[in-house]
Amino acid sequence: MNIYGIMAIYKFEMARTKRTLVQSIVAPVITTSLYFIVFGAAIGSRIDQVSGISYGAFIVPGLIMLNLLTHSISNASFGIYFPKFVGTVYEMLSAPVSTLEVVLGYVGAAASKAVILGIIILITASFFIDLQIAHPIMMMVFILLTAVSFSLFGFILGIWADNFEKLSVVPMLVVTPLVFLGGSFYSIDMLPQPWQTISHFNPVLYLVSGLRWSFYEISEVSVMLSLTSILIFMFACLGVVYYLFKTGYKLRS
Amino acid sequence: MSSDEKSILCINGLNKFYSGGFHALKDINLEIEKGEIVALLGPNGAGKTTLISVVCGIVNPSSGTVRVDGYDIIKDFRKTRSIIGLVPQELTTDSFETVFNTVSFSRGLFGKPPNAAHIEKVLRSLSLWDKKDDMIMTLSGGMKRRVLIAKALSHEPIVLFLDEPTAGVDVNLRKDMWGIVRELKAEGVTIILTTHYIEEAEEIADRVGVINNGEIILMEDKDKLMAKLGKKQLILDLCDQLSVVPESMADYELELSENGLQLVYTFTTQGDRTGITALMDDLKLAGIAFRDLNTTQSSLEEIFVNLVEESS
Repeated sequence: MNIYGIMAIYKFEMARTKRTLVQSIVAPVITTSLYFIVFGAAIGSRIDQVSGISYGAFIVPGLIMLNLLTHSISNASFGIYFPKFVGTVYEMLSAPVSTLEVVLGYVGAAASKAVILGIIILITASFFIDLQIAHPIMMMVFILLTAVSFSLFGFILGIWADNFEKLSVVPMLVVTPLVFLGGSFYSIDMLPQPWQTISHFNPVLYLVSGLRWSFYEISEVSVMLSLTSILIFMFACLGVVYYLFKTGYKLRS
Repeated sequence: MSSDEKSILCINGLNKFYSGGFHALKDINLEIEKGEIVALLGPNGAGKTTLISVVCGIVNPSSGTVRVDGYDIIKDFRKTRSIIGLVPQELTTDSFETVFNTVSFSRGLFGKPPNAAHIEKVLRSLSLWDKKDDMIMTLSGGMKRRVLIAKALSHEPIVLFLDEPTAGVDVNLRKDMWGIVRELKAEGVTIILTTHYIEEAEEIADRVGVINNGEIILMEDKDKLMAKLGKKQLILDLCDQLSVVPESMADYELELSENGLQLVYTFTTQGDRTGITALMDDLKLAGIAFRDLNTTQSSLEEIFVNLVEESS
């Protein structure tokens, strides 16, 4: 295995974050703080407890998931799209690195950045609410699996995209609406039928529900179902990535 | 030494069809020996970059085999790619990275452990050491070209592909590049370069290949090629003006200049005799005196243009 190759890609991608610290870390922290001020303090003060938890605390897992998904996707998709766009991808294609090594480098870095961001948001949240985490290990498992799976998804997106519009269309028009409609800021029990049933077709519901369980031991679907869903999604993405590199789709002619 | 031990690159029956059916490489067969400098000439779209891209792993071959240092580029891609360096045609760089970091990145990507001393040696040899902490976006085009060469040399390759290395580079820098190529050859690196500049091939190549329409129409030792295909001309500055070439000299197919003061005799060096001695005797007999003479040889550029025109 080309360990030096993996490390080179990983360090290169992490260095990119250092250069864009405001965009990568500061902006999400400010946005999260605004969510707490608007939803937690202003609107939340007028909402009774949700499933026995204060509204401010209830939205924490949803906020973490929102940031994990969007940043995993954007980090990984940009990481592979940008070399394609400027032409430096020739170097990776001509290097002695396998598909697995490329994925470990790019997806590893994107997932690392997303996890770091998730932890920063968790710390930010602790300034606004009295944070309780019932199952910290399971919380990390959910955060890691989500970060890795959606970084893989972002990587696929970055290979598929051949312009900046395509790069942003899926996160903006698909992922963000799914997160908002996946119970991030409310319990789906609060929805009337048939929206409650329809919500069960939203994959993000399973992620948010699983993460919320690790915090407060409350969930809208079973924890095992949440774990299974994310594992299936992760392996599906791995399969697609393998196929893309095997065929050279949009990389090798 | 066997042929396998001598050759560093061995291409057999290589074809490349792009989607849409364009036949970019047509049954390419090529063998390059260790330590050679080979120049590939050809017009735009001839297939030079596609050929390089296949060997480096950027483009998938449609059929045929390519072996580098005895290893197959598909089955043993790790071995072949780790000994190949590529300087692409386009100035594609990580604009926001520093020179040192981007060259170090390339070394790691190609599976080599960090070695600051080697990176320093490469950067110094390319006059980039003073710029090591500069962001690439701040460098001139020529400096960026040097950075690409440094990246390609970072993992100590034994085969180096230079895809039009001096395109858009000023004369001084071009000569510097030629010096770098010669130094690399002295270190035992095999260099395959594509170029539009015939003088570049003439200046540094050991062998010259001409590609046109996806086919290698010629691969020849540069000096032999010039001797074989190059025409020579003997130009005589006459003492007295001539109005016509005398009938007795018709066999030499001499050309008389417009002002009647020069006679031009064209000959090849391939035959046993050039006919110069006989010409001199006949000129004396015809009473034509000359006060000076000189010879010229056709350049590689003329040879190249003739070959491409013939194959088209």
